[in-house]
Amino acid sequence: MLGFNWGFSAEDVKALPADYRFNAFLTIAADGTVTIMSPNPEIGQNVKTSMPMVIAEELDCNWADVKVEQAPLDSENYERQVAGGSQSIRQGWTSLRTVGATARQMLIGAAAAKWGVSASSCSTSEGKVTSGSRTATYGELAQLATDQTVPENVKLKDPKDFKIIGTSRTNVDMESIVTGEPVFGMDFHREGMQHAIVMRPPAFGMKLKSYDDSATRQVTGVTDVVRFGDKIAVLSTNTWAGIKGKKALKAEWEADGTLENTTGHDRQLLSLLDKPNDKPRRNDGDVDKAFSEADEVLEKVYEAPFLPHNCMAPMNFFADVRDDKVELVGPIQTPQWTRSRVATLLNRPETDVTIDMTRMGGGFGRRLYGDFSLEAAEISSKVKKPIKVVFSREDDMAAGTYRPASKYKFRAAVKDGKLTGYHLTGAGIGGERSNFTRQDWFPAGGIENYKVESHGLASNITTGAWRAPITNFLAVAEQSFFSELAELMEVDEVKLRLDILERAKSNPVGKDISYEPEKMIGVIKLAAEKANWSQPEAGVSKGFSCYYSHNTYVAEVADVIMKDGTPTIDKMTVAVDCGIVVNPEAAINQVQGGVVDGIGHALFGDFSFVNGVPQATNFDKYRLIRMKEAPKVEVNFVKSFNDPTGLGEPSLPPAGGALANALAKATGTRVYTIPFVKGQIKIE
Amino acid sequence: MAKYTLSINGEQKTVEADADTPMLWVLRDLLDMKGTKFGCGIAQCGACTVHMNGNAIRSCSVPVSAVGSNRITTIEGLAEKNDHPVQNAWREHDVPQCGYCQAGQIMNAAALLNRNSKPSEEDIETAMHGNLCRCGTYNKIKAAITTAASNM
Repeated sequence: MLGFNWGFSAEDVKALPADYRFNAFLTIAADGTVTIMSPNPEIGQNVKTSMPMVIAEELDCNWADVKVEQAPLDSENYERQVAGGSQSIRQGWTSLRTVGATARQMLIGAAAAKWGVSASSCSTSEGKVTSGSRTATYGELAQLATDQTVPENVKLKDPKDFKIIGTSRTNVDMESIVTGEPVFGMDFHREGMQHAIVMRPPAFGMKLKSYDDSATRQVTGVTDVVRFGDKIAVLSTNTWAGIKGKKALKAEWEADGTLENTTGHDRQLLSLLDKPNDKPRRNDGDVDKAFSEADEVLEKVYEAPFLPHNCMAPMNFFADVRDDKVELVGPIQTPQWTRSRVATLLNRPETDVTIDMTRMGGGFGRRLYGDFSLEAAEISSKVKKPIKVVFSREDDMAAGTYRPASKYKFRAAVKDGKLTGYHLTGAGIGGERSNFTRQDWFPAGGIENYKVESHGLASNITTGAWRAPITNFLAVAEQSFFSELAELMEVDEVKLRLDILERAKSNPVGKDISYEPEKMIGVIKLAAEKANWSQPEAGVSKGFSCYYSHNTYVAEVADVIMKDGTPTIDKMTVAVDCGIVVNPEAAINQVQGGVVDGIGHALFGDFSFVNGVPQATNFDKYRLIRMKEAPKVEVNFVKSFNDPTGLGEPSLPPAGGALANALAKATGTRVYTIPFVKGQIKIE
Repeated sequence: MAKYTLSINGEQKTVEADADTPMLWVLRDLLDMKGTKFGCGIAQCGACTVHMNGNAIRSCSVPVSAVGSNRITTIEGLAEKNDHPVQNAWREHDVPQCGYCQAGQIMNAAALLNRNSKPSEEDIETAMHGNLCRCGTYNKIKAAITTAASNM
């Protein structure tokens, strides 16, 4: 829930003579301009447009009168100022609506008092209150309205009456983006600011032994060189001078731990897949018995590497650490957590630290971690100047917090043509307790004998959330496995999934499951219908996949065609149930982007280590999907009046599985390892 | 350090810079024009795309000393009223997600349409191959370029 703060001082009101503030989210000016503060960080998920849309809907104003501003970190007035887990709209939904509806009620109260009529005789529409023949604009009523007692338990609209929600509204930062205005953290500049280019250890498991900065200090524009921990910051008057200064640095490093290798990880993770875990994540029925009595068993292992996030804007952050205040500005998904870590690092009270959030050049989970903000704060506190840390692409790709490498072993037992047993073991880089599975999601509840286990492998290579954490690969593996299983059982791959879901719906096996089979069935049927699943087309190989994540249900069909012996992804058909769709065109954009992201990393994502050193650090060696490899993505939303659920991530997990299943039919080759292009799949 | 007089968006600008300074950093740091973005520094992502005499170049890999009297156009100067058909098409299709790569995409698309006013889908894919969009807005970029072509 987002919080409110109804209190504001007289001084604040004086500072805003033309604007009347209803609460921390909303002011209305005498000319009718509605200014809405967007509370959450914007990483490209478009919440800076959609969250204000929700407020404006219940306020019942014209969207054209709305001006949106990014709120700073302000934990007194806003809650959960986080971009993560696809939760901004879902968790903000009721309180954002209440913000708008409360202000609307106060405007009605003002009109009723002014006209001496009952509030119930007043109605609102397009920024006006009307009672009988009288009409007043919100701008005319704003001052009086802010003097009204704040009403409680205000009535929210019936979603069927929504006028703004459910209609496409252009990204509120569109003008800045298409004209090149400085809206990103990378663009932030403060008079007198120094640029900080940082040299970090070249390998995980290494520390700084010594360094010689004499050549660096000769570079024109370099102003200072400072060591902090095992890192060295080159300060400069412009970015290029810092880059050259860093190149001229001579540093010696020494081992401070194990220098790990991908080949070693692979061996250890594979051996964990064969090791029983005495605390399975879920264990329904008797899996051992099901396998011992099976007519047929399918067992497959799937493998995926670490992945860097590769946000288009490399990490960056501004800090000005002064005696009176610590000012931080930049792109951060977790401003509140970052403030507390910076306060601890500098041994200052949190009240000394402010954070302004800029638009982010991508997040994907990388900007949850704030390591770059802490670096900026530490460097600024050392040099006692305002500074901005800027990572090069190489710094960005080598700095860690990767999607963890992981592997899965799936086993299925089939008896008398029926699926009787299912056993999944996951293993990945992470702490011993990390869970690489989602044991209570599909197909839990739909299979009589069901067991899920997970193992973590400790490493000094740092890992973290990467768009749709864990499921970004788990879903690829699981959905590939089910289609291969359907082939073995000689049933249609859609029917196999529906049969499992019918069981989970009508008579679920074991303890609670944490997904709604009915909704999964809904998207499966919609995707199958829209992709003409039951009517095969000559020359087109179709692959199916479905997945539940971030409270949203998605099913996808990949169409692969062969051109001169090479597979080409012609089209992806997607069905999504995310409840109410707030901003349809932007929602389509999110889904298309997630699908392209999922396909791109399944095809090309390749990242390995030799002696702790990442083997790719720029886009010459690290392949990202480009326009000609990206298929057309057709998006279909389930019509729904349910409260909205997540949308930034859920279309990603199923994409790779649908593709793998279509590729198997088109090429005769099944892929079990990411990147697919490393196997027998050749994509130009 | 040397002095360079550059033609940028139709204006003469004088900067003092090392000869090897990429145009990207001349624009961003010395001229405070932040529309041109830094993505990779090695001409692999296209975020820094500007025009030189109407052709798309990667400003991260062109040193200031190589520019001479060639005309540089950046996103800030693409159209006087910011109403280039490509910019308009980007608005119409609501193309951006994070938006960071989009100035480079727009500049590259505008250069494509300068030399080929009716590009086929394959022409678009070939011309735009050097521009990464990590958010995956390729469907919308392609549609917007098609719209822009029809409005030119």
